[in-house]
Amino acid sequence: MEMLDLPHIWAVFIAIAVMLYVLFDGYDLGIGMLTAYAFSDQERNMMTATIEPFWDGNETWLVLGGGGLFAAFPLAYAILMPSFYLPILVMLAALIFRGVAFEFRHKAVRKRTQKFWNGAFAYGSLVATLTQGFILGGFIQGFTVEGRAFAGGPFDWFTPFSVLVALSMVAGYLLLGTTWLILKTEGELRDGAIKWAKRALIGTALGMALVSFATLSIDPRVTAKWGVSMATIDFSKAVYMLPIPLAGGVFMVMLWKDLMSGKGPDWRPYLYAVGIFMAGYVGLGVSIFPYIVPFEVTIWQAAARDNALMLLFVGAAVMLPIILAYTAYVHSLFWGKVKEGDGYHG
Amino acid sequence: MEFDALLLSRLQFAFVIAFHILFPAFTIGLAAFLAVCEGLWLKTGNETYKRLYLHWVKIFALAFAMGVVSGVVMSYQFGTNWAVFADKTGSVMGPLLGYEVLTAFFLEATFLGVMLFGWKKVGRGLHFLSTCCVAVGTSISAFWILAANSWMQTPQGFALDEEGKFYATSWLEVIFNPSFPSRYVHMMLAAFITTAAVILAAGAWQTIRKHNQRPTRWQMRMAVGTLLALMPLQILAGHWSGEVAHHYQPAKVAAMEGWWETKSAQDTVLFAIPDEETRSNKYELAIPGLGNAVMGLPKDEVIQGLNDFDGDHPPVFIVFWAFRIMVGCGLIMLGLGIWGCFKWWRKSLDTPGLFHWIAVPGGMLGFVAVISGWVVTEVGRQPFTVYGYLRTEDSLSPVSAAEVATSLMVFMIVYAIIFTAGVIYMVRIATSGFDDKETDTPEKERRAPGTAMGSVENMSNSENSPAGEGETSNARENVKKHDDE
Repeated sequence: MEMLDLPHIWAVFIAIAVMLYVLFDGYDLGIGMLTAYAFSDQERNMMTATIEPFWDGNETWLVLGGGGLFAAFPLAYAILMPSFYLPILVMLAALIFRGVAFEFRHKAVRKRTQKFWNGAFAYGSLVATLTQGFILGGFIQGFTVEGRAFAGGPFDWFTPFSVLVALSMVAGYLLLGTTWLILKTEGELRDGAIKWAKRALIGTALGMALVSFATLSIDPRVTAKWGVSMATIDFSKAVYMLPIPLAGGVFMVMLWKDLMSGKGPDWRPYLYAVGIFMAGYVGLGVSIFPYIVPFEVTIWQAAARDNALMLLFVGAAVMLPIILAYTAYVHSLFWGKVKEGDGYHG
Repeated sequence: MEFDALLLSRLQFAFVIAFHILFPAFTIGLAAFLAVCEGLWLKTGNETYKRLYLHWVKIFALAFAMGVVSGVVMSYQFGTNWAVFADKTGSVMGPLLGYEVLTAFFLEATFLGVMLFGWKKVGRGLHFLSTCCVAVGTSISAFWILAANSWMQTPQGFALDEEGKFYATSWLEVIFNPSFPSRYVHMMLAAFITTAAVILAAGAWQTIRKHNQRPTRWQMRMAVGTLLALMPLQILAGHWSGEVAHHYQPAKVAAMEGWWETKSAQDTVLFAIPDEETRSNKYELAIPGLGNAVMGLPKDEVIQGLNDFDGDHPPVFIVFWAFRIMVGCGLIMLGLGIWGCFKWWRKSLDTPGLFHWIAVPGGMLGFVAVISGWVVTEVGRQPFTVYGYLRTEDSLSPVSAAEVATSLMVFMIVYAIIFTAGVIYMVRIATSGFDDKETDTPEKERRAPGTAMGSVENMSNSENSPAGEGETSNARENVKKHDDE
């Protein structure tokens, strides 16, 4: 177990893939939920125009997360997927509805079917977000494992803790969505987005604080790592960990300031929101490391053969920079505020 | 037959993969068609190609979205329902699927955005490049998924560790396993042919409805030409695939052909009802002794029949009939290609007639052939997931029948809704013809003048205007040419 072996690299790689999924599809799903509050068809179309060229690429990170887990940590994939059988099913159904709704809502002729697909888009986004929250909550809680298989019940993931995580997830994705709208729109819609972003920020801050404290008491190993429990604080450990929540807090304050003044550059709120998410994510990562199935299976136990990891490593090392480069390039092609009549290709 | 988690999971996998494959089969071909149209438009400046592009790209967008969402489902099926398979084969299958995501999915998904939404924003060259990226991406994706599936059919280049898990000993042998080359060619041709049949059907309908404009006529010619050119190749590719299967999966081919007895000079069974209870064919209509020749084997070579596989052979009736349905569809499409090209030669392709009435429902033949072909290959691999090494019953997740029944029901309802809606929208566009003027007029008016993008557009329009004029005159010439004919 040397310091930089392949399982290590792959754990980091998959963590980054999931992180990018959250940051990308997060704004996408967040705006999806917000369309439920659009005042008019025109406003709804402006909102979707900010994400239409990107949603497909965004969702591919989810496939990479799932596929990457299968490829690099087959055992983890084999334990996690059956344990989340029902939430994954619901998430997929929701993603199907919202995914096709991107196209179908423009193709529907009758008012009633248009309404149906608009609803499918907004509520599909909401349900997908909630189920992702339940999955994250269930993941942090840990699993019942016997031998090489999941041995718990079909509803193990449904607990007060996972409800809390799911609700926080909604607030978080709304924050990413609203700040993306600030970046991509102007006028009334942008002003409205600032208002929504404030509420989403309060919700996110509250959610993250509660989830963080609850996580500390989930497993003694997490508590030991942070040196913080309900009763005592071990400063010798906590001092190394504190920069993570502190960074999150600083990003929150800076974002709040920007939203209150409404004056900063419009790209900044989204970046601050990204900062907040990364702080939470890194905090979570250090809490559960080195488990990939908390608190049962470590990354070394779950890892695929070294030659498989090596082949994948070569592929990822070559392809990921290329993927990131053309993703950035395509985003730059669509840089700037969306205008009336942008969006659907007709 | 008991509906336990195993049977339900198999039904679910069959259902979600059959639903999914419809869309890639169509989008692989359509992406190539779009790339050809856009390329020809850029090269010749002929407006008809542009109209074809802008028309079919709308259908492409719908089909691609449905392919993406049903594909996300697939990437979780191995884990949710076939966890033991995932655990055991992960070190071999995983990297292949990982490479599919890294080399194909991102390429397709990212440049699809430019393809669909960049028409007004980027230059023509870059837009064409994006279309090509999407088209190439779909082919790369097919490469990896067929490599993975072929490895399950004809596994090689691996060993088993002490826990019974597979690991690769040679990646080249894993990827280029014996059945991969023939099956990749077979599937790619199937995709092109399926798309050609759809394009022909849409054109035939427009002809029947008497609103066939120049793009309609061109698309029909491209479609019948493609069918005539590719169907014979497809028959060869299918034959090649069958020979490989006979060598490595003799039980599958025996089921396809309805061979029960082990003997030399097997028959070629044209029609029969295979019965596993009596282990014989009912109502058989066969050409005696031709079977060996069809497989490219000498007449006196003994071919093992189903009775000698100790019960380890696939369900015969399904494989036998799925194979005949696939071949039948292919032959009808070959017929459409020959007939259509003949009518093209006799200059009667644009006069509605019996050909057009047959070509319209013929648009479904490619899909039927693709699904029945996959039924042959996947059911034909039973009772194994990794042929000869891992049994289907030993691949299942620890899930309850209730959970799988729920998920199967949910997928059936969700897919029924989106399939109905998607097909209605696609058919509506495909049959509407090219009367929709909006694709013909430049769309610059849609953006308010004076805005940043508006001015950029005006600039690019003035740059392009000479070319634009060239197109119109070119188009006019073509009208004239056609009238002369």
